[in-house]
Amino acid sequence: MKKLKLVVVGNGMAGIRTVEELLTLAPDLYEITVFGAEPHPNYNRILLSPVLAGEQAFDDIILNPLSWYAENGIKLHLGKTVTQIDRVRRVVVADDGIEEPYDRLLLATGSTPFILPIPGKDLAGVISYRDIYDTEAMIAAAKTKKSAVVIGGGLLGLEAANGLKLRGMDVTVVHLGDWLLERQLDETAGRLLQKSLEERGLAFLLGKQTAELVDDGAGSVAAVRFRDGGEAPADLVVMAVGIRPNATLAESAGLYCNRGIVVSDALQTFDPRIYAVGECVSHRGVAYGLVAPLFEQAKVCANHLAQLGIGQYKGSVLSTKLKVTGIDLFSAGDFIGGDGTEDIVLSDPAGGVYKKLVIKDDKLVGACLYGDTADGAWYFKLLREGRTISDLRDTLMFGESAIGDAGVQGQSRAASMQDSDEVCGCNGVCKGTIVKAIKDKGLFTVDDVKKHTKAASSCGSCTGLVEQILMSTVGSSFQETPKTKAVCGCTDRTHAEVRKAIREHHLLDHKAVYDFLEWRTPNGCATCRPAVNYYLLSTWPHEAVDDPQSRFVNERVHANIQKDGTFSVIPQMKGGVTNSTELRRIADVADKYHVPMVKVTGGQRIDLLGVKKEDLVDVWKDLGMQSGHAYGKSIRTVKTCVGSEFCRFGTQNSTQMGIDLETMLANMWSPHKVKLAVSGCPRNCAEAGIKDVGVIAVDSGWELYVGGNGGIKTEVAQFLCKVKTADEVKEYSGAFLQLYREEAYYLDRTVHYIARVGLDYIKARVVDDTANRQALYERLLYSLEGLPDPWAARIAGAQKNEFIPIKVLA
Amino acid sequence: MNMPTEKPWLRVCAVDDIPLLGSRVITRDAGNIAVFRTAADTVFALLDRCPHKAGPLSQGIVHGETVTCPLHSWNIDLTSGEAKAPDVGCARRFPVKVENGEVFLVL
Ligand code: SRM
Ligand SMILES: Cc1cc2nc3c(=O)[nH]c(=O)nc-3n(C[C@H](O)[C@H](O)[C@H](O)COP(=O)(O)OP(=O)(O)OC[C@H]3O[C@@H](n4cnc5c(N)ncnc54)[C@H](O)[C@@H]3O)c2cc1C
Ligand code: SF4
Ligand code: FES
Repeated sequence: MKKLKLVVVGNGMAGIRTVEELLTLAPDLYEITVFGAEPHPNYNRILLSPVLAGEQAFDDIILNPLSWYAENGIKLHLGKTVTQIDRVRRVVVADDGIEEPYDRLLLATGSTPFILPIPGKDLAGVISYRDIYDTEAMIAAAKTKKSAVVIGGGLLGLEAANGLKLRGMDVTVVHLGDWLLERQLDETAGRLLQKSLEERGLAFLLGKQTAELVDDGAGSVAAVRFRDGGEAPADLVVMAVGIRPNATLAESAGLYCNRGIVVSDALQTFDPRIYAVGECVSHRGVAYGLVAPLFEQAKVCANHLAQLGIGQYKGSVLSTKLKVTGIDLFSAGDFIGGDGTEDIVLSDPAGGVYKKLVIKDDKLVGACLYGDTADGAWYFKLLREGRTISDLRDTLMFGESAIGDAGVQGQSRAASMQDSDEVCGCNGVCKGTIVKAIKDKGLFTVDDVKKHTKAASSCGSCTGLVEQILMSTVGSSFQETPKTKAVCGCTDRTHAEVRKAIREHHLLDHKAVYDFLEWRTPNGCATCRPAVNYYLLSTWPHEAVDDPQSRFVNERVHANIQKDGTFSVIPQMKGGVTNSTELRRIADVADKYHVPMVKVTGGQRIDLLGVKKEDLVDVWKDLGMQSGHAYGKSIRTVKTCVGSEFCRFGTQNSTQMGIDLETMLANMWSPHKVKLAVSGCPRNCAEAGIKDVGVIAVDSGWELYVGGNGGIKTEVAQFLCKVKTADEVKEYSGAFLQLYREEAYYLDRTVHYIARVGLDYIKARVVDDTANRQALYERLLYSLEGLPDPWAARIAGAQKNEFIPIKVLA
Repeated sequence: MNMPTEKPWLRVCAVDDIPLLGSRVITRDAGNIAVFRTAADTVFALLDRCPHKAGPLSQGIVHGETVTCPLHSWNIDLTSGEAKAPDVGCARRFPVKVENGEVFLVL
């Protein structure tokens, strides 16, 4: 089928966002052509303020580089203004005469700054604040000129003023209203804001109306003259008094406009082939000037362009923030209040904090926060949901963290947020969407999250929050499943309650647990089954029966599944020590089974990657080595350094110590993986400082460290104690690991366990209480006693079916 | 003429060859098939390809009438092959019947 032609007029934030949304919905429907009057690819207009303030560079704010247009087959006309739409012939004409035909047309022409119609408005040195060109002009002016007057004390004006001040100019803000941001703040907050801006050196003239701009005699501006006769000197005047929807083109084409291009809930103009989005639009009588509603429009519009025809744009509730670093303000809804509303106000002018919540009919209808805006998003959510707040009223002012047990002890705000809570206001991205993207797509950086979800990609004020979410999601599974909450959707029981029931009621299998604790599902789910399996095995060693079907595939087949469904095989190599025979066997196996990659791991051993499942058992057999447990919530490696046998600094035989520990802990299951390292001296070449148990040899013995972690969030291990002999190293570290095995919740690494119970508790149980230490150590040895090497067991025939595919002859 | 020919039922294995709450793989040039067995001994067959990123569903954990994909934990409904919300996608189903403890399948 021949592609339809879509022409987009306006290469800005709303237009290109619509194209992006469209490309995800219907990548092949259109041949797309974009006209942009500016000579740049689409950039983040919002971030012009940080650029002006010198906090970011232009390159940083490009949203879609030229390569993006090329990759998506978009024809781009940069620096060309469309001057005419011929609706009969269905072509647009640009200022250089170029014509492009369309089947669908999208107008996204943005808005134009409003210029006061006063004498002197055309003098050199008088500019507005809208695009890169203006920003560059201001940056250049700040280099040579001294005094600037910004007319307009709204968001844009204040951001301009702040930027110019930071660039070294004397800046006066002239404002007609009685206080700053009178459309975003009430008077008290406006005054607080003024005070902090004055402290940064800005001057303000409030209640002043500009009458004229004075010529310096050579065609440049010299001063601003007011209606009341006063004057302020100015080599640079920035007009930031408002914007007008840019509907000239649409009007000249005969499309119905009324303070903006009038569109339906489908973002369609009165000509059904022509759509419009962004600041140029008037929807239900409202023209928006912030990106969040424009992006909502883009989504709906794309849906209709994609011919899916669902989705309606119904208008947006707005919230505002000011992008002046160090000043936190937030407002939303009706924050002035009036008849029939009540205010809750917290005012601490000395501390620079002011909060006002406006309530009507038991619902939050407005919020105005200054100084402490951490709960802005939460209030905004309550406001949009229109939920009654009678139950929250007493603590409403103190924010989300004050209610119930929304948060888990001492965790970040991100962790306490609901999945449906909005993180990025600009793009309407909820926490759940971000978490899901992180998990599904394996994202690890804020930039990745920006790319995949758009969160934090506009004004950037939620970047910190996104970082926290990233941390708590990829971070330890600790925060992923808050352990004070139910294990999963199958039950209301917490991990602690499940552990306790298994211990106190001697529960020995899954069914007993689910029956006893009244699980809602007949056989649990992929979250609770592995946890319960571990609790059973660790509580009742040699009694409880391991259930392979309750183990994640890696632990069931004793190899690590890869993205293509093949597996990796890492044989045990105690302490990182091997020999020529072993290496030869590994080489032979690699040849015989056509192993695509052989790799030295970060854990001092060798990985055979890309082994087919049906070959696993044979590979193990031919290797003749034990399982390295590189796939399990289990003992992993014990890394060592060369130690006193060879190294000129070595104080003890760290290699042998490592081998002994790895031998002792062979086949140990644990709440999460467990890694150890032994170094021969404090130079610590085995990196013992970031291991679950780190052992560092010193002249007089061994230092033991616990709770280190080298993964997502590096955690330095904490000093536990110093011991004299190698046997003591085994006893103390064994006792510590047994305590962890008995008490930690599933998927907590040692660092998380210690964070919960405290290092002092560990010391009391393991170091100070000798009898308890010995008992723990014995229980560890008892649970490990006689555990078979899983590879040997499979070679001997255990779970044979698992590895044999069925062949059906058709 | 294009008469629809009845495709034959093929014997796959005994029900007991499939672990309870587990699965077996049928290898096939046209894409492997995963045969699942639930706690109630119901047997399902799906193309062994997760609608997300083609993960081998046969390697997932079976619970209720759902399997959780081993790669990124999508939950796939065994009865319909559809991913459960919030995920969207569908793994192809194959007709299965169990007779006298034997599993049969139409390819
Ligand atoms: C093979 C290896 C990378 C390598 O080529 O070197 C590796 C590979 C994987 N690591 Fe690792 N890690 C490997 C050393 C490490 C190390 C370094 C070390 O052990 O000294 C670390 C940091 C140290 C630590 O754990 O404290 C490390 C921290 C992680 C983490 C983050 C753990 C955390 O608590 O923050 C994960 C994710 C998880 O476990 O949830 C992970 C998970 C994984 C998994 C298993 C991801 C998965 O679930 O599929 C990778 C399997 C890849 C595959 O396709 O087979 N890997 N991983 C290393 C195997 C070592 C070994 O011989 O056993
Ligand atoms: C300094 C500054 C700071 C801001 N800060 C924030 C903020 O913190 N939060 C927030 O939500 N919003 C902020 N905004 C507002 C936000 O940038 C706008 O709402 C948004 O960019 C509007 O998108 P748009 O696509 O409608 O218009 P634009 O992004 O302006 O895009 C329109 C494009 O169309 C081009 N064009 C117009 N007519 C034609 C034509 N005939 N032919 C070809 N091309 C044409 C224009 O040159 C322009 O590039 C800020 C704006 C500025 C200027
Ligand atoms: S091997 Fe480890 S670090 Fe490398 S991609 Fe996999 S999980 Fe990430
Ligand atoms: S491939 Fe199945 S969840 Fe990703």
